[in-house]
Amino acid sequence: MDPFTDPLAPPEPAGPEYVLHLYITGATPNSTRAVRNIKDICEQYLKGRYELLIMDVFQQPALAQREDLIGVPTLIKRSPGLVRRLVGDLSDRERVLKALGINPSAGEGVRYE
Amino acid sequence: MQENHPAAAHALPQLPKAPTGIDGLDEITEGGLPLGRPTLICGSAGCGKTLMGIEFLVRGILDFNEPGVLMAFEETAQELAANVASLGFDLKDLQERKMLRLDHVHVDRSEIEETGEYDLEGLFIRLGHAIDSIGAKRVVLDTIEALFSGFPNQGVLRSEIRRLFHWLKDKGVTTIITAERGDGTLTRQGLEEYVSDCVILLDNRVIDQITTRRLRVVKYRGSTHGTNEYPYLITENGISVLPVTSLRLDHAVSSHIVSTGIPALDEMFGLRGYYEGSSVLITGTAGTAKTTLAAGFAEKICQDGGRCILFAFEESPAQLLRNMASIKINLQEHVTSGQLLIEASRPTLNGLEQHLVTLHRLVREFKPTAVVIDPITNLISVGNKNEVRSMLTRLIDFLKVNGITALFTALVNGHGFQQEMTDEGVSSLVDTWISVRDLEGVGERNRGLSILKSRGMAHSNQVREFVVTPHGIELLDVVLGPSGIVTGASRLTQQMQEHAEMLAAQQEADRRDREVERRRRMLEANIANLRTEFESAEEELRQISSNEQSRQQTLLSGHQRIAAANPPAPSAPSAPTAESGQ
Repeated sequence: MDPFTDPLAPPEPAGPEYVLHLYITGATPNSTRAVRNIKDICEQYLKGRYELLIMDVFQQPALAQREDLIGVPTLIKRSPGLVRRLVGDLSDRERVLKALGINPSAGEGVRYE
Repeated sequence: MQENHPAAAHALPQLPKAPTGIDGLDEITEGGLPLGRPTLICGSAGCGKTLMGIEFLVRGILDFNEPGVLMAFEETAQELAANVASLGFDLKDLQERKMLRLDHVHVDRSEIEETGEYDLEGLFIRLGHAIDSIGAKRVVLDTIEALFSGFPNQGVLRSEIRRLFHWLKDKGVTTIITAERGDGTLTRQGLEEYVSDCVILLDNRVIDQITTRRLRVVKYRGSTHGTNEYPYLITENGISVLPVTSLRLDHAVSSHIVSTGIPALDEMFGLRGYYEGSSVLITGTAGTAKTTLAAGFAEKICQDGGRCILFAFEESPAQLLRNMASIKINLQEHVTSGQLLIEASRPTLNGLEQHLVTLHRLVREFKPTAVVIDPITNLISVGNKNEVRSMLTRLIDFLKVNGITALFTALVNGHGFQQEMTDEGVSSLVDTWISVRDLEGVGERNRGLSILKSRGMAHSNQVREFVVTPHGIELLDVVLGPSGIVTGASRLTQQMQEHAEMLAAQQEADRRDREVERRRRMLEANIANLRTEFESAEEELRQISSNEQSRQQTLLSGHQRIAAANPPAPSAPSAPTAESGQ
């Protein structure tokens, strides 16, 4: 787990287990909360196994159509498994974990290793 | 400013409007949708909401050069493009020309997980980006209510939709929002609360198995508008709304006269025909040769170099041509020359509105100078009285505005038909009304024709009998019998009687002439006799006198001879001479 301390570091050749894209709109309260929440979750459960991309739709408005965004913030889980869309500031942690396929009772995701 | 007021009365500041370019809608809304504001179009399934939205955009691009954005929540761009391709709208081309942007918003509940607070800024950004990238002036949100199925949080949704409409208003784009009709409300989700500028309701009704689509402007803030329900159609050229009338009666008129096609009928009108651009109604019971009169008119129009459309609701073109040819009304040559168009269809084939639209389309394409509809009464089988009346009003109005002479035939029942036609309100719409009817009596039916009214010109008040001959229609001279005008066999009898009387009178006159002649000759013979008598008497007398003369001559010469032989005494030579002379 040590080699992947930086979540935004270039991915390993094999690629990280979790690919998460978070689309936010500038520094709105919802967006800031969402960024904080996803970072928390990643650090807590997925440390070292994820790639998180945070994109500001204000900066790249074309993204909104391409990614079919409606509600913002939206977190798109591209892998593993099916693509899931999570709309909201990700404060409902239980639902977020469920949607991401993380078992919270297992405590630290590290246990899988 | 005060003194300017009267002059500027109808130049009052109008609410700025964005013309839709949709046939008829701009007339009802008096110029279009409110410029830079949202308009709600609601209606049940199959009303053509999406189509109206797309047509608004496409017409905006093609006619007014205003780029548009279509945000579709239900159909994908490909589906939409395919759906409207049949109307001649090439969405792909418009997209390539950067005049149109299509954005399909896919909403799927199963894919969306709510994890906390959010807003719909994504939608705003998408829309904003689309608008800015092509400088759009028009936006259509096709069934934004689809969002309600994807996002369970109604509170957020409602406030965001409200914000969206405000935002669109701020952007100054003219927006159409379509929404599904709700149960007892205009829209299922009560969107009418948010869009308060203009609401148009579309409706799809089936009455007597015939579907009619109707449109109504429920509200239009800051503007007057037509308040009725207006039928509309989805035609191959898009939506066509039919305003009942062109609200004003201000069409131009012509004082030019067109012939009725029958010289004797022309005579019955003070100006020898109908006014050009007027509407003529021929009513009559069954079999009174209404169609023939109509065909005669059509032929005349074509002969005079005009163009005519004949709508036949009873006969096929071939049948009509054959039948008319049998009475020397030759329509075939005009059909061949392209001056006459016969459009035959069953009235029940379409709803009234469809007929009206067909007519509008043909009139626009063919540009006729006259239109004949035979008969309008068949349309009643399609709609109820009110609808027929409104359709006819619109029809007559349309033709008048275009300066097209219109001739309608109408079948009426035997009794009280004038009342009936008045009920349908047609009589007040037409300018000239000719009535043909059966004149039944003495065991036969004859056709009588009279002019009930003819606006703006003197006309005959007589009921004229007319006959359909192998040479066409002929109006007969009025024959007056002892009890008024007589027709048919009575007329023939009357004519025969008159003829006989005339003959008798002639004979009498001849006889008198002969009598005079005879007398004259008799007299002349008498005179000749007398003259001869006189001459012979004269001759005799002359003979006598000449005899006498010669006798005396002889006597005298005898005396002289005697005297010469016995010369008298010189004392009295003369006395014996004188004695002998006595």
